[in-house]
Amino acid sequence: MTTVQQRPAGRRPATRNGTRIEEFELGLDAPICLTWELTYACNLACAHCLSSSGKRDPRELSTEQCEAVIDELQRMQVFYVNIGGGEPTIRPDFWHLLEYAVDHQVGVKFSTNGVRITPERARFLASPACGGYVDVQISLDGATAEVNDHVRGTGSYATALSALENLRDAGFSDAKISVVCTRENIGQLDELKALADSYGATLRLTRLRPSGRGADVWDDLHPLPQQQRVLYDWLMAHGDGVLTGDSFFHLAAFGESLPGLNLCGAGRVVCLIDPVGDVYACPFAIHDDFLAGNLLAEGGFQRVWQTSELFMQLRSPQTGGACATCQFYDSCRGGCMAAKFFTGLPLDGPDPECVQGYGETALLGDRTIPAASQDHSRAEPGRNQPVMLQLTRRPPVSACAEDPLAGFEPAGGQKGCGS
Amino acid sequence: MPDPLLDEPWGLSPSVALRPEPFGALAYHFGNRRLTFLKRPELVTLVRCLGEHPDVRSALRASGIAEAQHPAYAAALAGLARTDMIRPRTAAA
Repeated sequence: MTTVQQRPAGRRPATRNGTRIEEFELGLDAPICLTWELTYACNLACAHCLSSSGKRDPRELSTEQCEAVIDELQRMQVFYVNIGGGEPTIRPDFWHLLEYAVDHQVGVKFSTNGVRITPERARFLASPACGGYVDVQISLDGATAEVNDHVRGTGSYATALSALENLRDAGFSDAKISVVCTRENIGQLDELKALADSYGATLRLTRLRPSGRGADVWDDLHPLPQQQRVLYDWLMAHGDGVLTGDSFFHLAAFGESLPGLNLCGAGRVVCLIDPVGDVYACPFAIHDDFLAGNLLAEGGFQRVWQTSELFMQLRSPQTGGACATCQFYDSCRGGCMAAKFFTGLPLDGPDPECVQGYGETALLGDRTIPAASQDHSRAEPGRNQPVMLQLTRRPPVSACAEDPLAGFEPAGGQKGCGS
Repeated sequence: MPDPLLDEPWGLSPSVALRPEPFGALAYHFGNRRLTFLKRPELVTLVRCLGEHPDVRSALRASGIAEAQHPAYAAALAGLARTDMIRPRTAAA
């Protein structure tokens, strides 16, 4: 909401009319919120993990270093941090850091797969100690175990629901169910909403990015063009009743803008602190090309945010490039930088999921997918790791495939052997 | 007719944080998670001192805002009240 329209003469050159979007494009003295991945360690191994998490990094910030980061965020008046990982709650000092942040007026929204949300922890989260400064986001990528566990791993659906139950039973109000929208769950939006309602929770939908391990599964999981339209219509119909983290601004080119900020906030209003203190432009861009600096260096986080060359560049006026002549450019502003980068598209061209169809054309052209600059995935597959290959729509080909009649199904639908 | 709000005692909501920015300030409400732009330094001064004055009119005068602009500021305050950024001081805070 803007209360007074005119922009006073500030130390920056005056923009055309000082709209909210223009203020954001120039960047703020401190981020409004930032994402802080506390650890790369994770009990799960989701197929689309955008930080390629699994194993802890031996250089991860110590408890004292984390406290110093919180002190600095308090000084800069960062209103809240989105804490994630990896699975942040498996850090032994997680609950201490949570209280430390709240005690220092830094609000916390943390994302978890629910593994440590026991009845006892749920009661703590609902207690006055957290005083309304804590939001809990339980990750769930399907309304059914079948759809969710396909990408998040066996048992992850049950874990998430058990965490939601514990929160509800403890009287924690308004937990969030955080869903990454995929080709497989777009058809479940109503069911996901009903599931959230049944726990007194709010549904939060976000966009699948081709970042981290997401690059390996993006082609198979990202919503199809007609599903983008279904998603847009569903979001328009549900308005403020569903949260999006403002992640679907590329859909604004369908017509009317969605609620929230329709703009890439990378390095302007958001950024990411990774477990070793590296500061990246956004949570979906953990790559050397978007590394602005490390907060353990002289000047700390504030210096990175306010003076890094990368962030200065992101805050300078952008040209629109190949999108400049598109009549929808003012709506979507070229879409998501990370989505373009990790699909090998030019940053000043269309988003790979451009709803006007320019992305599909661009994807057909010459492009090189950038190599990952880091990977904390476990070398050995974990017990519950999703195995995407087993989950194609075709029945598995068994050892019987050597039989020339294997796979032959006469009318009547007889199943092959071994299934 | 003058806005009745001008003669009432108001103040910043207890769960709101104001952060100075080049254009004025950002206000964040930790209760309803809303973010609001205060796009004039005068409005920021006014909002900050509301709680120290018996009514909005005297806060406006103390902030050096001309009488002719009072209705516009009253409207801006009403907007802030809609998202609970500020509240009447008579209500339980």
